[in-house]
Amino acid sequence: MVMKFLLVDDSRTMRNIWKKVLSSLENSETVEAGDGVEGLNAIKENGPVDIMLIDWNMPNMDGLTMVKKVRETDKATPIIMVTTEAEKPRIIEAIKAGVNNYVVKPFTPDALLGKIDETLKRAGQTA
Amino acid sequence: MADEPKKQVNPKLIAAFVSSTQNVLKTMVQIDSKIGKPSQKFDSQPSYDVSGIVGFSGEVVGSVVISFREQSALDIVEAFCGEKLDLHSEDFADAVGELSNMIAGNAKKDFGLEANIGIPSVIIGTGHSIARLRDVPCVVIPCSSEVGDFAVEVNIKQMSCVPA
Repeated sequence: MVMKFLLVDDSRTMRNIWKKVLSSLENSETVEAGDGVEGLNAIKENGPVDIMLIDWNMPNMDGLTMVKKVRETDKATPIIMVTTEAEKPRIIEAIKAGVNNYVVKPFTPDALLGKIDETLKRAGQTA
Repeated sequence: MADEPKKQVNPKLIAAFVSSTQNVLKTMVQIDSKIGKPSQKFDSQPSYDVSGIVGFSGEVVGSVVISFREQSALDIVEAFCGEKLDLHSEDFADAVGELSNMIAGNAKKDFGLEANIGIPSVIIGTGHSIARLRDVPCVVIPCSSEVGDFAVEVNIKQMSCVPA
């Protein structure tokens, strides 16, 4: 079964790093977006995804706003915020907005894969 | 009117950048970096030719510049991205920006203050100048690594509390 990831970060470098990490998973497919607006459009155009990795600080629409908009109609798709915002109040704010897990940059590939695995298990899925 | 004396930078903020720089380079680029003795800088030119600039707002304002020699930047970016990039390509600038973003963001968590970081800017070219806050020193943290030298230039100040 193909697992579809939506990767949302204004840095193409970071999206390429995520893709490289995800390439170690069997049957993963990625859809990319450069900000929250593109992210929401990507969901409309490509249909539902299995999991989203979203950065916080982006132009046009930041990640937190995108998460809130996604959660207006989709309470189920797992969302992991991957960001430099590491302070406790920010993490709490993201969880209240609806993220399921949180990865602070910088991260190792194993740390990211571990969080993806943990998130999917909690959601009753596997990568 | 005499110039106002420059405020001193809180050493805790400088220490946050030292720790962050080493952490980001070790984790994302697998490079160990050695940190030299910080000193003050009085001119507007960054230390080297490639600058990643991140602004701060909130209880801390100002900016941090991650300044690389051209070749160091090329080598660090290659290690970061896993491929050689052209100095003048968008992808190169993006990679420098993302490294700068992570160094600034990672430092911010140790400030103990509410601060926001802006989206990074990247300038490439010898002889560029960067406008800085005038009432606070620019502290240069020299760094060296197996792929070359770079510097973290910190020009930030804590905002005083404004009574309600």
